[in-house]
Amino acid sequence: MAAPSAVIEIDGLVTRFGQAVIHEDLDLSVERGEVFAIVGGSGTGKSVLLREIVGLMRPAEGRVRVLGHDVARLDPGAARHLRRRWGMLFQDGALFSSLTVGENIDLPLKEHTDIDPATRRRLAQLKLGLVGLPADTVDKYPAELSGGMRKRAGLARALALDPELLFLDEPTAGLDPIAANGVDELVRSLRRALGLTVVMVTHDLDSLHAISDRIGVLVDKRIRVGTIASLIQDDHPWIRDYFRGPRGRAAAGGGGKVGGGGEG
Amino acid sequence: MPASETASGKTGGLAIGREGARTLLVASGEWTIDTIGGLARQIASLDLAGEMVLDLRQVAALDTSGAYLILHLLGEAQRRRAAMTLGGLQERHAGLLRTIERAMVPVAIKGEWRHPWLAVLERLGRNSVEQLQEGRDLVAFLGAVAIALGRALIRPSRLRLPALFSHMERAGFNALLIVGLLAFLIGIVLAYQGADQLARFGAQIFTVNLVAIGMLREMGVLMTAIIVAGRSGSAFTAQIGTMQVNEEIDALRTIGLDPIELLAVPRILALLIVLPLLTFYADMMGLLGGAVMAILVLDISFAQFASQAALAVKASTFFVGMVKAPLFGFVIGLVGCYEGLQVSRSAESVGLRTTRSVVASIFIIIVLDAGFSILFALLRI
Repeated sequence: MAAPSAVIEIDGLVTRFGQAVIHEDLDLSVERGEVFAIVGGSGTGKSVLLREIVGLMRPAEGRVRVLGHDVARLDPGAARHLRRRWGMLFQDGALFSSLTVGENIDLPLKEHTDIDPATRRRLAQLKLGLVGLPADTVDKYPAELSGGMRKRAGLARALALDPELLFLDEPTAGLDPIAANGVDELVRSLRRALGLTVVMVTHDLDSLHAISDRIGVLVDKRIRVGTIASLIQDDHPWIRDYFRGPRGRAAAGGGGKVGGGGEG
Repeated sequence: MPASETASGKTGGLAIGREGARTLLVASGEWTIDTIGGLARQIASLDLAGEMVLDLRQVAALDTSGAYLILHLLGEAQRRRAAMTLGGLQERHAGLLRTIERAMVPVAIKGEWRHPWLAVLERLGRNSVEQLQEGRDLVAFLGAVAIALGRALIRPSRLRLPALFSHMERAGFNALLIVGLLAFLIGIVLAYQGADQLARFGAQIFTVNLVAIGMLREMGVLMTAIIVAGRSGSAFTAQIGTMQVNEEIDALRTIGLDPIELLAVPRILALLIVLPLLTFYADMMGLLGGAVMAILVLDISFAQFASQAALAVKASTFFVGMVKAPLFGFVIGLVGCYEGLQVSRSAESVGLRTTRSVVASIFIIIVLDAGFSILFALLRI
């Protein structure tokens, strides 16, 4: 394939809110086909970074390239084309509350493809089945769903156009452990089946162990990238506390990726 | 070869051939979201019968939509009793096909068909019952507010004074400009129209009576109430409704605070106090507008206008208007807060309830005003 292996390239990114500097000279590249997790403490700008990557916010300085396009300098046609190659799951699903779940999933399909309505409806049901929601969810309104179901429905909408690139903002937050495992399993199988690249912001250590290939930790206004095995050796105080704290050890023990990490 | 082509230049195809007694369907190229629109139409027109083979060897790319279409084709063949087998499935696509097969669900059948007239009748009935229930709930809410108000009167320390004053400022002081301007213009309109008609009888001077009595008895309080319903009643619904969406109202309840005491009482009291003040101000501005018009068009001096107005207006004329103001204020606040608390957990219902709040309060105000007119006529005031 001629496509470059880096799906996302960020050079010298600077984010400022008034006087406060959130990111300073941040560089990052995400490879095709990997699951990349972004972690960091509160206020380190995880969600902001994600919003800058998808072009919802403009960084003060620096360049963000996604699938070879500079997201800050897109003409409307290219922006439209690029946007149908990625899907995003927002924290609380961000489903349109005046539409049923089925219509929510149908909206991008109707807008961007020439598929007939009957097929679109069955595709919407298929996407719901993929994220593990029952078929009758299709005619329900978002207000009638639980938080976890809304999240799954949001994921179904993000998957509507079969994107190459999937952005997830806290996909497992607020889900019970079984549902969270389900989402992890789903992301893993989609990645395997579709060759998806996944970029997710998460705090769920189990999820990090289960599905992420590489992790970027936002500390000191930059991002420190590594695998779990390498980051666990890092001596930065925040990273040490994060991966080697009680929860970090428990997750490592359960995930079974880092040998002998459990507390026995 | 028939192919489905898209703007992005990706093509997917399905070629039909024969191989002995069997029909051979050869899928090729991209079977993805970009191409399946055309492929689905082609499949819908296929004649599925006999022994068939679907060959996937030449499929270059497959995503969930393409996988769906392949499984859909197999399902259709089975439904029409054609014996279709799958050939040349590539290893890299097998996992995806299995995943999609598991996720496919039988198509849900949507509601049963009803005669349109029956549906209209049903909707009419449902709406009527809903309206009646709304009315009952509003009366229940009135009771709850009365209890909370009573408690606040017995123990004034329960009254949230900062909130009360802030709502008075927003609903009252901030409305001065718009209420004053509109009342002034209404005064001008009344004077102009009155002068036009009364001039035919040579009774132009009675324009003053028309403006004075019209403004003081009806127009001043009605205009003010309608403006406040649009400005503040809607704001109350939107504020409380947004809090409802964010679960803030539930949070208040779990902390042990009464949303009616905390949110509704200060707002309702604020309007109860502010609306008479605004009405008085609107009355004066309306008279001023009438006076300006009279002076400019009718050649009546300000002194003449004042003395004629004094003759026309009794104290009761003024009080007939003013006595309605606190009641109207109460109704606007009541309906605004009630509709806010009725918001369900969706953004859409905030908008719906806000509209309904304005329409309902203006409706009630006009009905009450008509009631007052009849009452005062009977009392000969």
